[in-house]
Amino acid sequence: MTDHLLSLMTFFPLVGMLVVLFLPREADRLIKSVTLIFTIIIFLISLPLGFDDAFIGSSAMHYTEFAKWISIGKYFQMNYYVGIDGISLWLVLLTTFIMPITVLSTWHAVERNTKGFMALLLLLETGMLGAFISLDLFLFYVFWELMLVPMYFLIGIWGGKNRVYAAIKFFLFTAVGSLLMLVAIIYVYYFSIKAGVPFENGFSVAHFSQLDIPAHLQTWLFAAFAFSFAIKVPMFPVHTWLPDAHTEAPTAGSVILAAILLKMGTYGFIRFAIPLFPVATMKFTPFLALLAVIGIIYGALVAMMQDDVKKLVAYSSVSHLGFVMLGIFAMNLQGMSGGILQMINHGISTGALFLIVGFIYERRHTRLIADFGGLSKVMPVFATIFMIVTFSSVGLPGTNGFVGEFLILVGAFESELRIFTVFATTGVILAAVYMLWMFQRVMMGKVTNPKNENLKDLSARELAVMLPLVLFIFWIGFYPNTFLEKMNPSVDNLINQVKEKQHVAMMVENLEQSVTKVIVNE
Amino acid sequence: MDNNLVQIALQNVNMAAILPSLVLTCFGMGLLLINVFLPRGTTRHAVWISMIALVVTGFFVMTGWGNPQYGFNDAVAMDNYAAFFSIIFLFAAGLTILMSDDYLTREGYPVSEYYPMILFATAGAMWMASGTDMMTIFLGLEVMSICLYVLAGFFRGQVKSNEAGLKYFLLGAFSTGFLLYGMALIYGVTGSTKLTEIGIYLNAHGSLLDNPMTLAGIVLLSIGFLFKIAAAPFHMWTPDVYEGAPTPITAFMSAGPKAAAFAAFLRIMEYCFFSLKPEWTAMLWVLAVLTMIVGNVIAISQTNVKRMLAYSSIAHAGYALVGMVAANEIGYSGILFYMLAYTFMNIGAFAILVLAGKKGEENLTLEGFSGFGYKRPFLGVAMAIFLFSLMGLPPTAGFAGKFYIFAGAVKAGYIWLAIIGVLNSAVSLYYYLRVMVYMYFRDPSEDFAWVSLPATVAISIVIAIIGVFYLGIVPGDVMELAKLAVF
Repeated sequence: MTDHLLSLMTFFPLVGMLVVLFLPREADRLIKSVTLIFTIIIFLISLPLGFDDAFIGSSAMHYTEFAKWISIGKYFQMNYYVGIDGISLWLVLLTTFIMPITVLSTWHAVERNTKGFMALLLLLETGMLGAFISLDLFLFYVFWELMLVPMYFLIGIWGGKNRVYAAIKFFLFTAVGSLLMLVAIIYVYYFSIKAGVPFENGFSVAHFSQLDIPAHLQTWLFAAFAFSFAIKVPMFPVHTWLPDAHTEAPTAGSVILAAILLKMGTYGFIRFAIPLFPVATMKFTPFLALLAVIGIIYGALVAMMQDDVKKLVAYSSVSHLGFVMLGIFAMNLQGMSGGILQMINHGISTGALFLIVGFIYERRHTRLIADFGGLSKVMPVFATIFMIVTFSSVGLPGTNGFVGEFLILVGAFESELRIFTVFATTGVILAAVYMLWMFQRVMMGKVTNPKNENLKDLSARELAVMLPLVLFIFWIGFYPNTFLEKMNPSVDNLINQVKEKQHVAMMVENLEQSVTKVIVNE
Repeated sequence: MDNNLVQIALQNVNMAAILPSLVLTCFGMGLLLINVFLPRGTTRHAVWISMIALVVTGFFVMTGWGNPQYGFNDAVAMDNYAAFFSIIFLFAAGLTILMSDDYLTREGYPVSEYYPMILFATAGAMWMASGTDMMTIFLGLEVMSICLYVLAGFFRGQVKSNEAGLKYFLLGAFSTGFLLYGMALIYGVTGSTKLTEIGIYLNAHGSLLDNPMTLAGIVLLSIGFLFKIAAAPFHMWTPDVYEGAPTPITAFMSAGPKAAAFAAFLRIMEYCFFSLKPEWTAMLWVLAVLTMIVGNVIAISQTNVKRMLAYSSIAHAGYALVGMVAANEIGYSGILFYMLAYTFMNIGAFAILVLAGKKGEENLTLEGFSGFGYKRPFLGVAMAIFLFSLMGLPPTAGFAGKFYIFAGAVKAGYIWLAIIGVLNSAVSLYYYLRVMVYMYFRDPSEDFAWVSLPATVAISIVIAIIGVFYLGIVPGDVMELAKLAVF
């Protein structure tokens, strides 16, 4: 059972998808219930992972499964090789945790063609989980592309007015990046074969990361990987698909997009781009940090000027993910662990924000800030939860956002990225400005618009959606150690491995320089 | 003395080398005879007899696997290479025949001669793949092409179909002239029409490239094949012919004959001109890039889905050419694999187009696809699968095929070619996605009816879907076979 826990978890949604497809089209409630049950079962399957103490003090891959998948003579070996360590553990759990919440949130929001919607959601879950657990680059690529298709349809069919444009833009941006990555993957594969990595290892990341790829090649390969991941993060200036996709997507789509899909980009950097190409990472760090800081400030400034709540949250994502990138490239324990924790935090709090936007949109069919005001008087429970989530997003002490951002900033400040940190910190202040200002305009003051006077407060179902998220906001805020202690060993190991390689590369470079000097002098 | 000559001749005859195509031809001729005795308008029997013919032929092809047969003074070689391609042609023909019956009746041409024509064209394609002599290849090409000229203009009452037939015939004949001239020049230089002998001669006389006759021969020969492959800049006929021809025939032409042209082209290049590889790969590099770009860019602006698929088939020929440029084992077996994959995904897509519209007013515009996914959920999903496969998304056959071809290019050091290739398939995403935009993101339009789904068409769609996923998820077996098939 535990031998195949990850596979069971990853492919169980497909079973769910098949079941959903055979349900009668009109049985709207039944389809939603079945999907909810399936997502809850998947969450329960994955739950033991979170309580497994094996991750404490061990940086190794756990729950690994290995099977030969495609073997073609002496050409190719693709393996079904999966496993998780402290880095992917919480992302996997975040995914299985967010899914039931998402399904629950669609109860009244999705009325048209529910069957297709739920089937696509489940397909998407397989894609996301598969991408997080893949230890074989080819397998990862397959899951990575598999995620595109359901999301494309979710935005395009159930989205808002501009959905077609947003869906195509989302698809094209992501696909272009990943196609270039594909060429790089093939190149690395042949390099590994030439370097004598046993053929049976296929596209195994662990083996690829032990290669000594020459620096000039690393630059190109890293660029191809980074481009693909940067689009997904999204980093400035390839972030433009995000506001469109977020604004047009249905609430469930936005939640998944924000909570999980965006993490694919940052996860890709940590799992693939950095360990595979450590020397290039070193070279690109200032550049990526600069883009991250631009993203932080730019995202915040643009968010401030939005009159649509959903767009505001979308741009805030650009800003938040900038922090994550900064933390990762600080390349020390605080920074990277903070970055990973902040990925989880962003998933929880931005997911929650999109749900909140969904709630008020369902009630009023508008998302313009100007249409609201004084809601806290009409909907006190809603106001409380909204406030908690807002604080979490701003990063107030006691909430999860604070821990993540603090670790990132400390880590970055102690690294070579000190100067960037100074600018990034303004992002924290700006976040407070745009979030609190929005909160004030929507929730505080008098009820100016008569349409808002009779809004219903949160229903039991909506509360059930929000409370688990609130729980984790405080859990991570007060006792982040539950999460950090399991991710630290893996992060530590990764950093050491990368640093060592960078160190060797620098020594070689210095040596070469001194040798040339000696030759010149003589 | 006469007796002696006959004996010598007979010794070289090896019927096993042409057994599969012989069987297919016999079935075709038998079918023609049967048709005489049956009243006009009955076609159902022809469908099933043709299918039996294809299955039996397929059986003979498969029993010959791993046991190459050479015959007719080395003019024919039924080796693994030919066998693999034969299977592609048989699948192409089978899927085409299955989708044709109701369509022909609907369009008012329930003529059973249609089926023997497809069988003969398939037999011709098989000779092209198994030919190891210029003459055999030419013979196969002509048998195949003449059947296709007829089939393209099969709807003699429709102007577009007539135009397609005539255009294909004129340009096809013209290109065949080039091909034949090229063959003649090569014969003039080397004194042989046998591929291996030409290869040995050219290899031994390395300076022959300076000879304008060799050069002109190679170029003319290539032009002839590139025309059949529909590579840019010899692609001009493709959109008109593909759009005008009956839809099943378009499907067939885009898969079977194209694969046949690749089979013969690849064999000739590899057998005859292996000593000149750097030269012809350089030439094909340029053409591959040009073909991919022309096909993809023009496909973007198409509003007719059939025409869009025609242009996209040009682009797909470009991807396959990338495999030829790579000129290594993986690139070549990638071509074989890709041709099989393309057969499934493209014919599958055409099978859905077959269901569009009523007699004489085929409506294949994008508008016609509005809300298609809701009106016909099964067909919508099928079309989406084929389109995703054509885009090259995993886990479909199209992805696996492109992966091997581009991997071949990377391995051979053509990184830029691989990058241009993947960027081109990024361009192609746009126009394939647009079909899906109409299918799923628009409300159904009422004014345009799709005919009901006949069982035979359903079978061909299901086979195509199975093919797409089988080749996509577990490509190992077939790729292994493709590897054994290349030289």
